[in-house]
Amino acid sequence: MKALYNYLKEVAFAFVSLANGLLLTLKYFVTPWKSIITENYPDNRNNPSVADEFAGEVILIHDENNEHKCTACTLCQLACPNNSIQIISKQVETEDGKKKKVLDKWVYHLEMCTFCKQCIDACPQDAIKMTNSYELSCFDRSTLTKILNQPGSKLKEKPKVTAKVQE
Amino acid sequence: MISMIQFSDVLAWIHQLLSSCMAPWLVFIIELVVASVAAVVALLVCVIIMVYMERKVAGHMQLRHGPNRVGWHGVCQLFADIIKLLLKECFTPTRADKLLFVVAPVLSLCVSLLALAPISWGPGLVLWNTNIGVLFVTAISSMGVIGILMAGWSSNNKYALMGAMRSGAQIVSYELSAGLSIVAIVALAGTLNTGGIIESQANGWWILKGHLPAFFAFIIYIIASTAECNRAPFDLAEAESELTAGYHTEYSGMQFGIFYLNEYINMGVVSMVASTLFLGGWQPFYLPFDFAWAHTFNDIMALKFMETWPAWISWVSLAWPLVWFFGKLFLIIFFMMWFRWTFPRLRIDQLLKLEWKYLLPLSIVNLVIIALLVVLGLHF
Repeated sequence: MKALYNYLKEVAFAFVSLANGLLLTLKYFVTPWKSIITENYPDNRNNPSVADEFAGEVILIHDENNEHKCTACTLCQLACPNNSIQIISKQVETEDGKKKKVLDKWVYHLEMCTFCKQCIDACPQDAIKMTNSYELSCFDRSTLTKILNQPGSKLKEKPKVTAKVQE
Repeated sequence: MISMIQFSDVLAWIHQLLSSCMAPWLVFIIELVVASVAAVVALLVCVIIMVYMERKVAGHMQLRHGPNRVGWHGVCQLFADIIKLLLKECFTPTRADKLLFVVAPVLSLCVSLLALAPISWGPGLVLWNTNIGVLFVTAISSMGVIGILMAGWSSNNKYALMGAMRSGAQIVSYELSAGLSIVAIVALAGTLNTGGIIESQANGWWILKGHLPAFFAFIIYIIASTAECNRAPFDLAEAESELTAGYHTEYSGMQFGIFYLNEYINMGVVSMVASTLFLGGWQPFYLPFDFAWAHTFNDIMALKFMETWPAWISWVSLAWPLVWFFGKLFLIIFFMMWFRWTFPRLRIDQLLKLEWKYLLPLSIVNLVIIALLVVLGLHF
């Protein structure tokens, strides 16, 4: 008797769970204006809705003083699975005579990038981010190798801790 | 609708017109050809609507738009696809069994079109008014697997053969519960004639008159017939993710097109049978109760108010049964599409377990209960 009860319970439960799924798809079907998430892309090219999280081209963030946060630590280069990042650094001498490594060229090979976002996760300074751009094709492959740091840009100085103590 | 124009009047008028100018044997042949072409064209128009409907239903259920480039909301997409298929080469692999390879799609198309013969489209509108109509449909529809097996075997391809073998196992098992749920309604109606079964529902559909067991029989029939049509969630014969395309892997061009068409014709036939048996075929929706308001409702549904109208308007009432017939047809087809785009595909062992451990025992118990209902006269 117990076995029969379990058997019938299993059948009833199966129908309930199937009905749940059917109701969900029916909801999607009868309210297409709410549920459809695909874009009529070439038609709405002027105002496409792209999610903020969309992983497009990598850029190096520059502020209004043409300063970036990249310390040339090459962690993004190490994190990149297909060598699309090359960090070229140079040694400079500061005013107090110390030698310091600074960023010379942040080379980004867009043609090799798979937009996996691992460089963004690896960066300890949050110096780079991914934009929402997706129309990245071009006719000449060499234009896909980009230098992300703007000419004349330099490392953003960290606010001095000692200055705060004096106040 | 007694005083109004009937399909039988129209058919008799056409018969008289032809007989007045031709020999009887010529009249017979012309009527045969015209009737079968009309039935096939009606079905093909249904298939065109079904393919568009399937793509739109699929799109909207998967949060997409579906076809929306060719014509208004993509209505001409199918015609573009057909032109593409017609222009493609029908390629036959070198190692294939050439004769069987060519015959297989044609055979499966013929088999599924044969099942149309005893379907009753409207009052008096039936190609072959036979007393074994439902038996004929079940017998013919189980032959459809021969075409699939032929295609799978002759392709000389592992995927095709595996798909065909699965299809064989599947159709043979699901025939049982589909057949038992058909038998349940045949027991209620007391006839195998499709027209007779529909006329027995003149005071309410069997799904309402037969209480809960008839409803269970309907559900079992829908599940089993979805499996017989090789449609998802039972599309193991095709199983795109495992067997590339199953039994029609090696087919291209219009030979593939025929298999595709065949799938939709099978769906159409199965839905016609389901609407004939459970939903009253071309009968409008009647309430099986003996109250004054129920009688008023039934009179409105039977278009009784049109009897006093001028004769030329009553021509419109000819379309009324057809509206109900095709409405039910597309309702059941929508159910099958809804299942396809909601449920994931079953594994072969789950498929056979569902049939042999759940559907078959349930339909046997169901049949016994329905037999008791019939013997005790408990149905309406």
